[in-house]
Amino acid sequence: MADVAIAPRRAKTEIREATSWDQLKHNRNWLGFWFMVPAMGFLILFLAYPLGLGIWLSFTDTKIGRVGQFIGYENYEWLWDDAIFWLSVFNTLLYTFVASAIKFGIGLYLALLLNENMPFKAMLRAAVLIPFIVPTVLSALAFWWIFDSQFSIISWSLKHLGIINQNINFLGDTTWARICVIFANIWRGVPFVAITLLAGLQTVSPSLYEAATLDGASRWQMFRHITYPLLTPIIAVVMTFSVLFTFTDFQLIWAMTRGGPVNATHLMATLSYQRAIIAGQLGEGAAIASAMIPFLLAAIMVSWFGLQRRKWQQGENND
Amino acid sequence: MSSVQIRDVRKSFGNFEVLHGVSIPIEDGEFVVLVGPSGCGKSTLLRMLAGLENITSGTISIGDRVVNNVQPKERDIAMVFQNYALYPHMTVADNMGFSLKLRGAKPEEISTGVKRAAEILALTPLLDRYPRQLSGGQRQRVAMGRAIVRDPQVFLFDEPLSNLDAKLRVAMRTEIKELHQRLKTTTVYVTHDQIEAMTMADKIVVMHDGIVEQMGTPLELYDTPANQFVAGFIGSPAMNFLKGKVKSNGVAGFEGPNGVKLPLKTAPANSEGQPAVYGVRPEHFTIADDGAEAEIVVVEPTGSETQVFAKLGGEQVVAVFRERHQFSPGDKVRLKPDPSLVHLFDETTGKRLNG
Repeated sequence: MADVAIAPRRAKTEIREATSWDQLKHNRNWLGFWFMVPAMGFLILFLAYPLGLGIWLSFTDTKIGRVGQFIGYENYEWLWDDAIFWLSVFNTLLYTFVASAIKFGIGLYLALLLNENMPFKAMLRAAVLIPFIVPTVLSALAFWWIFDSQFSIISWSLKHLGIINQNINFLGDTTWARICVIFANIWRGVPFVAITLLAGLQTVSPSLYEAATLDGASRWQMFRHITYPLLTPIIAVVMTFSVLFTFTDFQLIWAMTRGGPVNATHLMATLSYQRAIIAGQLGEGAAIASAMIPFLLAAIMVSWFGLQRRKWQQGENND
Repeated sequence: MSSVQIRDVRKSFGNFEVLHGVSIPIEDGEFVVLVGPSGCGKSTLLRMLAGLENITSGTISIGDRVVNNVQPKERDIAMVFQNYALYPHMTVADNMGFSLKLRGAKPEEISTGVKRAAEILALTPLLDRYPRQLSGGQRQRVAMGRAIVRDPQVFLFDEPLSNLDAKLRVAMRTEIKELHQRLKTTTVYVTHDQIEAMTMADKIVVMHDGIVEQMGTPLELYDTPANQFVAGFIGSPAMNFLKGKVKSNGVAGFEGPNGVKLPLKTAPANSEGQPAVYGVRPEHFTIADDGAEAEIVVVEPTGSETQVFAKLGGEQVVAVFRERHQFSPGDKVRLKPDPSLVHLFDETTGKRLNG
């Protein structure tokens, strides 16, 4: 063991005083700043700048092909008296609340189901994701055909079963159109909710369920007292995102109904697009888009304050 | 409080049998420790007792009732888990009162029960805290408190101390034993740590590869291990084993590796030349002129005693001395096992040969 030859010592190089450049090179904050710069650049260029520009546009009378003048609140005053704008606000709220609530219900149910041990578990979990990976516009086109007034497979099937004798005018009737777009949104949004909640369920330690079994809990009591409280932080995050995505939805509506019939499915996003791009009223469109901001902020605030980190999640401090 | 009878219990996962017919009688109020290396089936057996695993065959009864098909919550048992399994979103008081709440007890009833258990375990100042705000030892006590509140027939402990640091483990060991002396509830305790088993148990069950190797009081197991596995498992540092042949013609003795002569009080009948394993505990060596010559390799003083690693007939052995000999590596010493305390095991079956 002691036979290893020890290398002869060499003269060491002289120790140099650290210059301020050397110190800067080893400063973690300085390094951190440079790591942040690319992300910050992207966010400013593609998020903050367009947002600022949009808000600015909403205070001008810009049209396509004409530089606008600053007109103050005129666009907003105009919208205040615009029944179609208020209809789109109502539609958006209806669309968001109904779709989000049902997405939560079905998503939670699917997550609980997929968390059980069953055959082909991995395959079923993958299958649930399918609606999520199909491009939105493609699925919207598929729904467009499914709900077509003449070629709808639903009408066809029901007619062959003898339940109805006339085609249902899915996208031509205001109530049916609303149900159809909400249905399409749910179909598309459930996988996100289900898979995220499933991930949350898997973080719950199985020994908690064993302990609860010995404590005498029934399946429902286990869900009510263990699963649900432990899942609330994830539910808060998922539902915030789900509400934000649903509120700002554009693709599904535009591909399926373009806001019709008689503006019954116009959301704020589609109305904004119609006014700004199709009609060329950039200022007015920007004002509609900007009007979404308070609603979105409110949704974030609800999850921020109402569903804040619970006391039991906080660190090991003894307050 | 009740007795527990485990009769010829088997457990298979698919075609793989992990418990091969285990029978353990447990008396009312007894503290039984199941001990064995990992994978010996001790935790599985405990989980079967709790009702968390099915029983493949055999019966388990608590009191007079066979519980094979009884739901866990109907078995009237409480279990302390290795990771404590405290509900992170409930305070200490809620954790402890959860089982009463599920049973539909009145709030006053719950709070009385929780207070009583908290007093026993000195948890009263912590009742409003969440598990995250507790230290390891406090969490351990809450887990026990949760068990006590229910006032069950049987306590089950599944390696409850393995997540604690060494010092706390010793303290909690004493605390659990004291708790048992106070409550006198039948207790089944699983551990892989033979020191825990020795210090706490009324009865130790040594398990290995899905069978019971030996059952008995701690000192029975230490003094007369039934086979080589138990001999090697119980005791620290572990027993020394030397292979060789029994000499029974004339003076009884043992010929160890490389012809080392070792003393034997009595040889089993008709055993001249029988190959066997000679077992001697480290503390049963003495330095004597008629001992076998050994060369010291390493000396490890611990203060209260000194562990000496030495080569005896080419095999490494450990000896422990309470006296402070001045040894250094390379020294030659004469080690003599106490002939009345040596063990002899069959070389192939590992069974004990001497009485």
